[in-house]
Amino acid sequence: MKLQISTSLALYSTLEFAANAGQPISAADIAAKYHVSTHHLAKVLRELVRAGILESTRGVGGGYRFGGNAQRLTLMDVIELFEDIGDRAGRNRQPGVSTDVGGALAVVLAEIDEIAKATFRSITVGTMLKLIERQGLHDKAPTPLRKARRG
Amino acid sequence: MKVPKHAGEGPRVRPAEAADLDQVIAIDAEVTGEKKTDYWYELFHRYGSGRSRQRLFLVAESGGEIQGFIIGEVRDWEFGSPPCGWVFGISVRPGARLGGVATRLLEAICAGFRHAGVDQVRTLIARDNSLVLSFFRSQGMMAAPFIPLEKDLK
Repeated sequence: MKLQISTSLALYSTLEFAANAGQPISAADIAAKYHVSTHHLAKVLRELVRAGILESTRGVGGGYRFGGNAQRLTLMDVIELFEDIGDRAGRNRQPGVSTDVGGALAVVLAEIDEIAKATFRSITVGTMLKLIERQGLHDKAPTPLRKARRG
Repeated sequence: MKVPKHAGEGPRVRPAEAADLDQVIAIDAEVTGEKKTDYWYELFHRYGSGRSRQRLFLVAESGGEIQGFIIGEVRDWEFGSPPCGWVFGISVRPGARLGGVATRLLEAICAGFRHAGVDQVRTLIARDNSLVLSFFRSQGMMAAPFIPLEKDLK
């Protein structure tokens, strides 16, 4: 399945901040790592602040820091801020949806959506951090967070 | 600050005994809202008291109380799969949660499965049971290469 760019950025950012809870990181550092415009990322981060997932910090060394509970916050909590997986209204606008074939296909797609949603609901940020650790992803691609830790 | 009931000292995990059944039944009834006395006695008959290396019914005990239980078995070649451990029941007394009881139970049953010669563990959980699904995910479990299917026979 494919997530919208803003959703992916929100997930990347949430995980980056949660991996280094307490330490502020600038939007520019995250944008540089994921090769996206700071402007686009800033919009995503503002939404995460509004949702209480991030806190913005001012002054020298300011930026954002994680403000959620990594053991409670799920991937679905973040995704839902940006898109509706299995958007039935959107699907109903697709051509052919009112035909027998379109209706049957919609049943299969809805089944896939339900599995995807259950998966996203079951994985917390804390679980993702453990998965990242196990896969050694941080070792392969040093993050701005590591720089901050060493800083 | 509220300290989890078992912080610092984990519960003791051991095979279930007949004397534990009333508490196991009570925990299950509290969690599911349904008392299934006959079911639990039948299950104990098949899985209890360490009768078989392949069948495990374990309880976590602390403070003289049963805090939770886990049940599983090694199944050979079912669904075309090489022998592996299956966990088909786990529950923790609601008042004892967030104290690592389920983690200790899962670790213990996995050790039992390893002892029985298998190196993989699986389980099956209702899609809307986010609590238990999240727990198994937090223990490193990932989606298995199987898809459960069903059909309404009415």
